Amino acid sequence: MSSTTPAIPGTPIFGGREARRGYALNRMCFSFNEAANREAFRRDEAGYCAKFGLDAAQRAAVRRRDVLAMIEAGGNIYYLAKLAGIFALNVQDIGAQQTGMSLEAFKQKLLDAGR
Amino acid sequence: MARIVGSIMTSHVPAIGAAIARGVQAQPYWQAFFAGFPPVHEWLARVRPEVAVVFYNDHGLNFFLDKMPTFAVGAAAEYRNADEGWGLPVSAPFRGDPELSWHLIESVVGEDFDLTTCQEMLVDHAFTVPMKLLWPQGPCPVRTVPIAINTVQHPLPSAARCQALGAAVGRAIESFPQDTRVVILGTGGLSHQLDGERAGHINKEFDLLCLDKLGTDPGFLTRYSNRELVALAGTQGVEILMWIAARAALLHEPRELHRSYHIPISNTAAGLLLLENAAARA
Repeated sequence: MSSTTPAIPGTPIFGGREARRGYALNRMCFSFNEAANREAFRRDEAGYCAKFGLDAAQRAAVRRRDVLAMIEAGGNIYYLAKLAGIFALNVQDIGAQQTGMSLEAFKQKLLDAGR
Repeated sequence: MARIVGSIMTSHVPAIGAAIARGVQAQPYWQAFFAGFPPVHEWLARVRPEVAVVFYNDHGLNFFLDKMPTFAVGAAAEYRNADEGWGLPVSAPFRGDPELSWHLIESVVGEDFDLTTCQEMLVDHAFTVPMKLLWPQGPCPVRTVPIAINTVQHPLPSAARCQALGAAVGRAIESFPQDTRVVILGTGGLSHQLDGERAGHINKEFDLLCLDKLGTDPGFLTRYSNRELVALAGTQGVEILMWIAARAALLHEPRELHRSYHIPISNTAAGLLLLENAAARA
């Protein structure tokens, strides 16, 4: 999306700028398709982040399990979902986290959308 | 000549695959969703397609940001699924149909589409979950041609371009000299958003409009830019592009035989639509 396009509130658009900004973080997350790489991350999280060249903001976001900060640092949700899986967080957990709601309240919001 | 029997559009949320793996289809959370499928099973048993051409979007199993094709067509004898990182069981491989793939590639590139061709292509949940929804019993009975449309990295192809691609694929199939029955699948949607402070966004009104328009007035949806589709349907709701392509492959006044719509599955408004091509009624 071009930088002149008005934003949609609360809605990240993953375009060229984000793809460049987040390349290292997303590349690390893409590696988590392999069980051995998930295990290597669990064994030495900081070392694994360093191996993929994550910058300070990306490393801090991963350390804090902060999905909005990961997106701000160029993370793409499809790759981040693989990292969230390591933390045993599913898309509803990370939805609750990003919206600042409890998991129960987030699930209720989804149910209410059908009424 | 090959005949297109119809198109089936369905959501492909990974949680559906997990529910199938755990055998919990009858539980209250899932019952209404799975109840939508028997009429489609009955139709498939009646028209007996031999090949499924599947418009879907890869979520970071086969493609990464190092090389991101806008349109990628499988040209393999077999397509494997693999670990996506968050625990969905890996499904059995799917048979390809390389002859149809290459015919389709020749025909569609001949219409000036710039396709990426893949002789190796892992297929992710967006392919495997719908296959399991449509053919829940036993080994998958159809050969397959996967067509992946980029929805990971903007700019994405426009709705109008996806419609044009779908129509070109329809013409390609109808010019395939073998006597083969083909079903088109479009997977993804409907409205949902996984990322950002607006995560959990669902738009029932827009989804129902899409369901209404796809059958009778598919051009209606091509008036939207992808930015408008994201605003209306959510960042991942843009997967309606797969439905638009799958609809456009039906060239002979299709009629709607079945639909179902259910909120929510995980973070998603789940939709199902069956359109029968006039060719199937001939």
